[in-house]
Amino acid sequence: MSGDAMTDLSTDVRIRFPAFSLEVAHAFPGQGITALFGPSGCGKSTLLRIIAGFERGARGRISYGDETWLGARAFLPPHRRGVGYVFQDTRLFPHLTARGNLDYAHKRAGDVAARYSFDDVVDVLDLAPLFDRRATQLSGGERQRVAIGRTLLARPRLMLMDEPLAALDTRRKGEIMPYIGRLPDAFGLPVIYVTHALEEVTQLCDRIVALADGHVAAAGGVAETLERLDLANVQGRFEAGAMLTGRIAAQDTELYMSSVDLGTARIEVPQIAVPPGEEVRLRVRARDVSLALTRPEGLSIRNMLDARVLNIAPEAATAFAEVLLDVGGQHLRARVTRAAIAALELREGQSVIALIKAVSFDRQALPRDAPAPG
Amino acid sequence: MDMPDLGPLWLTFRLAAITTLLLLLIGTPIAWWLAHTLSRLKSVAEAITALPLVLPPTVLGFYLLVFLSPNSALGGLWLSVTGSTLTFSFTGLIVASALYSLPFMVQPLQGAFEGIGRAPLEAAASLRASPRDAFFTVATPMAARGYLTAIVLSFAHTIGEFGVVLMVGGNIPGRTKVVSIQIYEEVETINYAAAHGLAAILLVFSFSVLLAVYALNRRFPVHVG
Repeated sequence: MSGDAMTDLSTDVRIRFPAFSLEVAHAFPGQGITALFGPSGCGKSTLLRIIAGFERGARGRISYGDETWLGARAFLPPHRRGVGYVFQDTRLFPHLTARGNLDYAHKRAGDVAARYSFDDVVDVLDLAPLFDRRATQLSGGERQRVAIGRTLLARPRLMLMDEPLAALDTRRKGEIMPYIGRLPDAFGLPVIYVTHALEEVTQLCDRIVALADGHVAAAGGVAETLERLDLANVQGRFEAGAMLTGRIAAQDTELYMSSVDLGTARIEVPQIAVPPGEEVRLRVRARDVSLALTRPEGLSIRNMLDARVLNIAPEAATAFAEVLLDVGGQHLRARVTRAAIAALELREGQSVIALIKAVSFDRQALPRDAPAPG
Repeated sequence: MDMPDLGPLWLTFRLAAITTLLLLLIGTPIAWWLAHTLSRLKSVAEAITALPLVLPPTVLGFYLLVFLSPNSALGGLWLSVTGSTLTFSFTGLIVASALYSLPFMVQPLQGAFEGIGRAPLEAAASLRASPRDAFFTVATPMAARGYLTAIVLSFAHTIGEFGVVLMVGGNIPGRTKVVSIQIYEEVETINYAAAHGLAAILLVFSFSVLLAVYALNRRFPVHVG
């Protein structure tokens, strides 16, 4: 019933508004966390609302397994889709307490099969202390925790989250994020996660669907998709980057550095509070990667990786080009001037040294594994 | 000195209570539709429901008299089914009062429903609540203040009506003679003591009800229900 079946959600939808139109065909896998990513106004929230059934103007097809949610003459109303929706503004019912909000969902889930109980949800999200408070008496982070719990208790088959962290400050974000990361494993629930924040994508998500101007610009695994050069417009020039996955090899408590094993190479980053052996994901922005033909001496840059040029893509009408690199099977992107490429006579297949500034790594790289409840 | 006859007072309260109940049933769906429709007919419907606010009661009363009379289609049908006329009867008064007080029910409810918006209803739908379920468990409690205002205004306005009632119902003791008409009659016959008594009862009652409503609204500014 829940995510165990790994039922896919297949969409081929369009909607037209006076100033905006959207046309998206994409199949979302029934597992893990898929990011719907893009700048404001690209249509990611609209697509999420269409999937939930909130946009009656939507046309096309949506099917979930062998159920049709939207078709030429079919429209399954939102309350029968078994879809949970976490809103940016939480939308807790103001006339009920936190407990009342949770009960509202729990009662209506009836005997829908789920692998977790009311108490599991309360325990995992630590909701018991909030029970008697009304929405107005909760902080932003507490409201969002109750909202996530409420949605879980409706025992959805698919969780839609619309920028659930956008209204929170950095500390609250750090509080909520681990809970969201646990949803697929602990509750067997696939998640489609709308965000315009790249760090949420790299820390939480397994797949990414990048939208631009109402269309899918790119889709796939997070690491590969972020490396795709045609994403430059979606991410914004200075946000372009790539993701590296590795394991913590050693901690230097004196200099506050962590050593990360990437497989064929090691790099040093400012300390990440994660025990050795844990898998971490690190983001490297393209503008923080420089290239050299030989290993330079006397530099403050600590991380120099042997790399091979896979692709060189000049940016239209700028001085820059994006260079896609292979580093022991993982990818890196470097943003360098076209003049530098000409001077170094760079070409595809060439071996180079990638210089990475240590400061360019995400500090909060969360471990991906989390225990199941109960 | 004649003591005032309290029969019309009782009749008036009965009329106001029944009218308010009827208006709750009729006004809620109208207000809901007005709050949520995107139809171009919305403005027309809003204008029609607001008409009783601006029409002289005699105009409304006149048209009601015409449409409810046994010679009209509606009045004739009513007569052949029930054996009694709609004009100059208590039932006729209820129909007239409901029309006359309609905006006092619809407008506060429409305002309340618009204030709630679609957002909580979408949240309810995402928690498996059907639209009907969401209406009763989310929209209605959230609109509690709107309901309180609408009920009090409809009730009080029905008690205060005069012109429409006089034209449609006449002045039949025990059937259509409401307290406002009785006061008018007492004044006409220079029986000021009886007029004073009834007027004072109405004044104190109306003030108490309004005071209670405003005090409740003050005490529970956010969570009514």
